Parts: sequence; structure tokens; C-alpha cells
Amino acid sequence: MTYRFRDLLALEPLTADELRFLLDQSKPFQEIQKHPLKKLATLRGKTVALAFFENSTRTRISFGTAAARLGADTMNLQAEASSIKKGETLLDTAFNLNAMKPDCLVMRHSASGAADYVARHLDIPVVNAGDGTHEHPSQGLLDALTIRDRLGTVENLNVTILGDIRHSRVARSNIHLLGKFGCRFTLCGPSIWVPRELERIAPGVPIRCVYKMEEALENAHVVIMLRVQTERLNDPPLSANDYILLYQLNAERLRHAHRDAIVLHPGPINRGIEITPDVADGPRSCVLEQVTNGVAVRMAILYLLISGASESGTHPALEAKAAPSEAAKGKPKESANAGD
Amino acid sequence: MLVIKNGRVIDPATNTDAPRDILIDGDKIAEVAQPGSLRAVPGAEVFDAAGLIVAPGFIDLHAHLREPGQESSETIETGTRAAARGGFTAVCCMPNTRPVNDNASVTRFILDRAKATGSVRVWPIGAASVGSKGEAISEIAGMKEAGIVAVSDDGKPIATAKLARQVMDYCRSLDLPVIEHAEDVSLAAGALMREGVTSTRLGLRGMPAAAEAVCVARDVQLAKLTGARLHIAHLSAKDSLEQVHWAKALGLGVTCEVTPHHFTLMDEDVTYDSRFKMNPPLAAREDRKALLEGLADGTVDAIATDHAPHEPALKDVEFDRAPFGILGFETALALALEQLVHRGRVSLTRLVELFTTGPARVLQVARRIWPGQPADLTIFSFDSPWTYNVQESPSKSRNSPFDGRKFKGGPVATIVAGRVIYRAN
Repeated sequence: MTYRFRDLLALEPLTADELRFLLDQSKPFQEIQKHPLKKLATLRGKTVALAFFENSTRTRISFGTAAARLGADTMNLQAEASSIKKGETLLDTAFNLNAMKPDCLVMRHSASGAADYVARHLDIPVVNAGDGTHEHPSQGLLDALTIRDRLGTVENLNVTILGDIRHSRVARSNIHLLGKFGCRFTLCGPSIWVPRELERIAPGVPIRCVYKMEEALENAHVVIMLRVQTERLNDPPLSANDYILLYQLNAERLRHAHRDAIVLHPGPINRGIEITPDVADGPRSCVLEQVTNGVAVRMAILYLLISGASESGTHPALEAKAAPSEAAKGKPKESANAGD
Repeated sequence: MLVIKNGRVIDPATNTDAPRDILIDGDKIAEVAQPGSLRAVPGAEVFDAAGLIVAPGFIDLHAHLREPGQESSETIETGTRAAARGGFTAVCCMPNTRPVNDNASVTRFILDRAKATGSVRVWPIGAASVGSKGEAISEIAGMKEAGIVAVSDDGKPIATAKLARQVMDYCRSLDLPVIEHAEDVSLAAGALMREGVTSTRLGLRGMPAAAEAVCVARDVQLAKLTGARLHIAHLSAKDSLEQVHWAKALGLGVTCEVTPHHFTLMDEDVTYDSRFKMNPPLAAREDRKALLEGLADGTVDAIATDHAPHEPALKDVEFDRAPFGILGFETALALALEQLVHRGRVSLTRLVELFTTGPARVLQVARRIWPGQPADLTIFSFDSPWTYNVQESPSKSRNSPFDGRKFKGGPVATIVAGRVIYRAN
């Protein structure tokens, strides 16, 4: 089964089959990361616009690397250098980038829904590289890929997410992806960061909010740490020492988890705040695999969106697969605009 | 002379729901009679209202006409034309213009523009505080003399309890209602929608229902303290409604209005489309249920639109940056018919009351179909199908979440001071 994606804006609307397809498509690109020569010509002549309206280091570099390894060129827009400060609207900026004829727009923005909004107005594929506190789809995919590699499956796992879930787009993408494979979630952190409403954001997915770390870790197969964002510590004011006291992941607390439990962290890590160095660097930690897998997942995303949009160019590693069926993903461009 | 024949007259003030013919002479109602029994008036224009409902002229207690200062979003001319299409014969315009309507010269400017360019009656609301900044009380007496019908710092609440108390005290002596945009701004700071499962799922910062209810509770207590007439604008939360209910049970002069979008939509309808962004935001399922009950049982006094035009350049941006507010005039009656009457929640008479005698009571003005009264009438159909196309609106803005919605029943003609200022094709 082959799926076509117009954009990648969120994982929430995708089905389990579509998500599995995306993970499977990342597999050959994972292999490429191990080769001494990593550059392909699959997207030669194509251009990927990277528009980061919010600070980012690793996601931007990861998408840039993914594009480069596919042979595509990139154009970079960073918030500091943009015309945002000169009063240009997001849409005008997007139209201007689009006028330089890229084949795909990868964007990060501090406003939830910003990628969705831009995608409604552009005719090229849009990839959401993080929108406000909504979703971070490529992170969700690379986390799932990492989990599948380590544990052999993404199905029916106990997943514990720790930290500022309220403001985390990573947590939302994790829940919407893994939730479709029967995973059960325990969310844990200070109650102001873990509101009860989270238990109902994905109907049908078992999600519970707990406020004791030991209880949250009980029998967890996967522990996903979130970075404590120091700017969030100020709204509302929370003491870093209190956080460490109650919620720091250390070796002793990790013993409550399943004996094969793995630890993920989207980075960057605040060593000594949310996680102790021995855990971050220990055998259960998947932090660096996540980064490597990030490039593979993003190669798959760019490849699928750009080659899907242009109907040409097949990656050699995929040629052996069954001929693509016309299972187009039914997402008309106007749908998001239909207000009522 | 104008004769309106064969209509079903619904007039809550005279407890009428019966076929009546109405004779209008100049700007006044001259006669109301059994069908066919009016004296023959040679040369009179005849409006055949067969199959239609004839009601007293609708009053909108809450609208933003944007003039002076934001004429690219709306003017008194375009706004009142949209109001006329919505069946409104009088519109109360909020003072958050540029400059703010906080003194008699701005009030007179608005009334002059209304006289020169307006289709319907414009009843200005004056700012409670200078510049609506929440510091000093504005020149309320001067504005009253110029023609304001109420005071409000709408767009935000009267900033402090102390100032709200002083404004209420003062307005009691001036016999003006104080209209409150109830919001605890510290609880609502930075919020884009109502806090709940949907805001959590979308990652949009939410404000809790308490942001409104806390302020309503404050103001109800101050109305009790001062004896002032307090009117809660665009009430959206169940808990706020309970405060109003409590105040009414105590016999306080507390009233409230509800907007069509709050009794029609809920927070779970919100998408990243900025046409779903307004303040107060769309509320929870249980709030909507309570509002519908309040509209039926009399706790809610009026339906008001909170017509808030924003030109496309301002509104068509990412959700975070879009201003709050949506258009309201042209869909208000049709939404009320849809949600309240067609679903059997309220009678037609009660619906008419919510648009006429209800708001009139808040302002303490008369509103009835009776000889000698101003000839302001709203004629509407109960069930003829139509589709709202915002592109056809006389408003300068397009920010309606109801664009494309199919309705049954709506405004057919609007008569102000004896003149048919709007008539549907």
C-alpha cells in the first residue's frame, strides 16, 4: 500500500496505516545514514525552502541535511534575517518564498496552526517543523522509529511522558502517533504543566495524568523526557530546585520502569535539570539515535512529498517495492477553510 | 403613507400574536387593525406581508461600527446597511473607536455621521472611563446630553472594582445602564480561545470560564452595593449566568445579553481559522446548554450581535495574531430561528422579545406596535430557505464563520421611521 501526502502538518489526522507507511519509508533512508557516501541524486534539481520563524538548531540542520543527502538545494529563512520585523505578514513572507519556486516549504513558527494556515494558501507541499504548542510531526515519527528499532514494535506499549506537557508539541505528536498503535500513556509533571484536559485530547487513546514520578514510571516501556524550557519556568514561576526534587529522571527512579525500558529526549538536554548525566548517557538512552533517525525520517518526508507532488523521481532503494497504487490521501486543499 | 397588510403581527409588549394590518403615517404608526378593516387610504404604498411575521423593530445592544478611526473595517454607512439587512432598526455602537467615544464631541460626530449616512438608528454607547483606560471617569453627563444610551469600556472590563463602583454610582444618578465586558484580564492574558480539551489539543492558549465569571461576580456585588443598572455584555459562561440569575432573584437591576455565536457554536468547533476567534471565546458544551436554557427561561434579556468587523488584511493572519471578533448583524435572526425556534426551545414571541422588548427594557425605552409609536418594524420569514453569502454583505469585512450556512427564515424587510430601508429580493 502506498499513500500520497499533500502536506505534513500534523500526525493527528493520519491513520495507523499511513503512519506505518511513513515509518516503513524511512527504513531505506536509515540504511543510507550508515554508508560512507550518503548523498543521493533523488531530488536533484529540486529546492526545499526552510523557513524557521522561531529559533531552532537541530531541526533546521536535520531538515537541511536531509535535503542535501537527497541532492536537493535549500533556501534558508531565519527569523532574525526575515522581514517579519519590518512588518511583513507571515503569508506575504510565504508568498515571497514561494515566488522563488521551491518544491517544498518546511516551516517552524511560534504560533500553533501557522503551518496549517500557510498550507491553505500555498500550492506546494508544506511540512510542519513545529508549530507553537501544537505538533512536531517529524519528531513524533523519528521517536516512533527509534522505539521500533529498540523494542521491535511500537504497539501496545506503556509510554510515560515527563515534563511540561501543556506546552509540548512533541508530546502531542507522540500521543497522536503511538496512540494509534494501542499505546497507553502516562503523563507526569507539575499539575500546572499537566492539565487533566490532556486525558481527552485523543479520543480512544488511554491517557492518564499523574503527579508522582514513581507512579508514572511504573512498568513503562518507553520514557519520553521533555526539555524543561527555562522560559516556561517563569510562567508561572516554578522553582528549578522543586522540579529536580520531584521530577528529575535519575537511575533510582528509572528502576520503577520496565526492565527493558528506553529513554527518549527530543533535546537539547538540560543535564542535571530534567535528567541526570548517568541516565542521559546510559544504555537505555536513545538520544543520539533519535538525532540520526531524524535525518532519515526527514529524508523520507521530503522524498514522499516532493516526488509525490511532481509525480516523478523514484528513489532507487524503493524501486523494488510494489508499484504505487493510487491511494491518494483524501485531503482537499479547501477543507481547512470550511468553517462550519 | 404605508400600509402593511396581511402580516402576522407578533408584539410582546401588547401581547399580540395575530393577523393585523398596520397603517404608517410619516414616521409613526397611525393605526393597527384587524385584517381588511383599515380605512382606505388612497395613494398609500402597500406592503403585502402575507406569510410573514411583522415585529417591532429589532434593537442590537452591542455592535462595533468602527467609525471614527477604523473605516477600512467598517463605517457607520456600511455597518448600518448590514444591520438593516439583518432586520435591525436600531444599533448601539460601542465606544472603542479611534478616538474613543469618551466625550460629547465624539458622540455628536457619530450621531451626525449616522444622520448623514446611516440606514438605521444609531444609539451610541459612551466610554465609562477616559480613553477606556480605566483611570478617570469620562464626561458621562455631557455624553448623555449628546445622546448616549449607556456606558461601557467594552473591549475590556472597567479596570478596577473601585472604578466600576464609582461609574455605577455616577450612572445611577444619571439613570444610565452600565454595560460590562466581563473579563478578568489577568486570567485571560494571552488567551486565544476558551481553555478546555480543544484548546489543549490545538495548542492554543486558553482562558478559563472563570475569567468571565469572576468579573461578573464582582460587578453583581457592586450593583448590589450601588443600586445601579448593570448589563452584562456577551455573556458566555454558565457560571456567569448563575450570577445573573442570583442577582435577579435578589431584585437587582442586573440584565444580560447573549450572542448568536455563543448559543450556536462551541469551543470544540474552533479550528485554526481565525473566523472562530472572538472574545469572549466560544465556550464549552455545558455553557452553550445553559445559555439556551437562559434564553428560554428569561434569565437572558436580549440577543445582541457583538458585530465586530475586521478587514481581511487584519483578520486573515495566523490565529495568534488575528484580532478578536466576527460579523453578526446579518445572521443573528436566522441563527436564533435555527437554534431557538426551529428546535422547539422557545416560542416565536419569546424570540421577538429577545430582539425587541428585551433590549428595550435594558435601555428603558418603549418598543411596541401601537398608534403613535415610531414606525420601526422588522418583517421576517419564518422558514423560507436561503444561504448566507458573506461576499454579498454591505459590510466592509468578511469575518464570519457562518459564510455558506443554509438557513430557514430570516429578515425580509426593515422599516425605520416609516421608510422601508431594506427589502429582500
